[in-house]
Amino acid sequence: MGPIADRIASAIARLYGARGWSTLAAFALVLFVMFPLCNLVVPPGNPFYLSAYWVTLVGKIMCYAIVALAMDLVWGYTGILSLGHGLFFALGGYAFGMYLMRQIGSDGQYRANMPDFMVFLDWNEFPWQWWNSDQFWWCALLVVLVPGLLAYVFGYFAFRSRIKGVYFSIITQALTYAAMLLFFRNNTGFGGNNGFTDFKRILGIPITIPETRMALFAITGATLIAALLLGRYIVTSKFGRILAAIRDAEQRIMFCGYDPIQYKLFIWTLSAVMCGIAGALYVPQVGIINPGEMSPANSIEIAIWVAVGGRGTLVGAIVGAGLVNGAKSFFTQAFPEYWLYVLGLIFILVTLFMPKGVVGLWSQWKNRSA
Amino acid sequence: MVAMEESLGIEPAPERPSVDAAADFTRAIEHGRPDFAHGVILYLDDISVSFDGFQALNKLSLAIDVGELRCIIGPNGAGKTTMMDVITGKTRADSGTAFFGQNVDLREMSETEIARAGIGRKFQKPTIFENHTVFENLELSMKADKRVRTALFAKLASDERDRIAETLRLIRLDDAADNVAGLLSHGQKQWLEIGMLLMQEPKLLLLDEPVAGMSDDETERTAELFVSLAGKHSLVVVEHDMAFVARIARTVTVLHEGSVLAEGPMDRMQNDPRVIEVYLGR
Repeated sequence: MGPIADRIASAIARLYGARGWSTLAAFALVLFVMFPLCNLVVPPGNPFYLSAYWVTLVGKIMCYAIVALAMDLVWGYTGILSLGHGLFFALGGYAFGMYLMRQIGSDGQYRANMPDFMVFLDWNEFPWQWWNSDQFWWCALLVVLVPGLLAYVFGYFAFRSRIKGVYFSIITQALTYAAMLLFFRNNTGFGGNNGFTDFKRILGIPITIPETRMALFAITGATLIAALLLGRYIVTSKFGRILAAIRDAEQRIMFCGYDPIQYKLFIWTLSAVMCGIAGALYVPQVGIINPGEMSPANSIEIAIWVAVGGRGTLVGAIVGAGLVNGAKSFFTQAFPEYWLYVLGLIFILVTLFMPKGVVGLWSQWKNRSA
Repeated sequence: MVAMEESLGIEPAPERPSVDAAADFTRAIEHGRPDFAHGVILYLDDISVSFDGFQALNKLSLAIDVGELRCIIGPNGAGKTTMMDVITGKTRADSGTAFFGQNVDLREMSETEIARAGIGRKFQKPTIFENHTVFENLELSMKADKRVRTALFAKLASDERDRIAETLRLIRLDDAADNVAGLLSHGQKQWLEIGMLLMQEPKLLLLDEPVAGMSDDETERTAELFVSLAGKHSLVVVEHDMAFVARIARTVTVLHEGSVLAEGPMDRMQNDPRVIEVYLGR
């Protein structure tokens, strides 16, 4: 074996054991084989048929799971509780939404070669934010750059000023709230409170046909798996051990000669970029993005997903995002008015009885019976 | 043990034949590399610190020689821990100067920079990474390139493993290498923190109550270790355990109300009427 093959082999062994890899393979099989087969090949009416509803729902939840992973890296591993991660998600969504709006071309209500809301506002030309937005590559770049830069600048000042704990959480909450108010304004240039919707095409291909949906679904699944492996690579590296050390004893890590600001800044920015990518995958599947995504409650919900699944485990973040959003889509259909009570109750019960979340139940149960 | 001490030995101060002393000086400051040519490793002059009107340090002046083992004693509130905070950058002095070697101005540096320059600190309450294993605690504190980029792709080299193993033996935790550090006994945690300090290969070690909570046997071994480290490292030990101080001390400094009350050999300090008054009196 060459040295590169050696390195890859040792990295594979480091990330997960045999059981972990086989679980991941099973998960990939469901996403990349079962879903396309049951949605595209199996005819409707057959008991194995999966409707577009399920494809969109699971695709959406996978986007949330990427956000939860990003949250777990900063909260579970580094001890930084962000209550503003919804902002980075929404910014990624808006960046890619611009491209989708441009893809509508002149098929909008007004048959103009401009998004409907601009025509409605009597604008004759695109504002500067929309420069080059008809280019896929440019918007894809913005998806990464905008959340990344904002996080970097915000993090630089916050971490350098040694803002920590609940103060940091409150400021992130204020940040997303301020951004929401900004995006509500028509003058900001992103469609005000209606945001972007009525997408028609992506890369020239109709966006609502089953094949496009399945492609977006598969890309989201692949991104989720890549995000999990990247996260796993990080937390099993020396860098990851330093993050956890910052969480547990920041003072000591400084006296060991590490600069915690640099470490926090790196993971914080990476986390924001992951959220941005998740947002960009979310918008074409769900078909809408508006400032509501930046509401403080949305960001708090992200923290709840991670708490429910289990902090500092990565897998727990995915499980938590799945469980809470699964429950949400059930309750908001069956008993819409009770969902927030249920969410609150879940959070309280998890905090009281499952400090390590759902994935921690097994070890909790084992310890008790031992 | 002997090999350990050798591997921890500080490099001899470089010869400075250069005539251009000023340029040399700037260069040394730029590189943050302390210059110990004059034999002094730590130099505090006229340091004052006050918290909300409480004068924690009051014109404190202190000089520690290269290779010295200095014990610092004093009643509660004498300013011992504040002094360590000032040296390590945790607290900023209101006035006065603090130099590491004769060129590194500690007052302008962050905690991280001070640690990198070669000052290691053990806290009063053992501060280790409780959720990491003993091995990982030593790995993280090991002298190395501590930037993000390096940490992301770092892989332990075999000589680094050897050094960790050596330190594990020295602090007698080789059987507990893979245990979670939070489960160690109090004395073991103290030793682990000392081990972490040694992994850093600092030139100056500040040890705040290192034997608190240790058994007699552990205390004795700590004394042996410190005495063996002196010479190659400089040590400043703050301790309440007078038997321990008497066992290791060469020079003792007595702090009282934020400044130096007396300084000298232990037996002379124990008979100094001012020291006795501070400890027993009023």
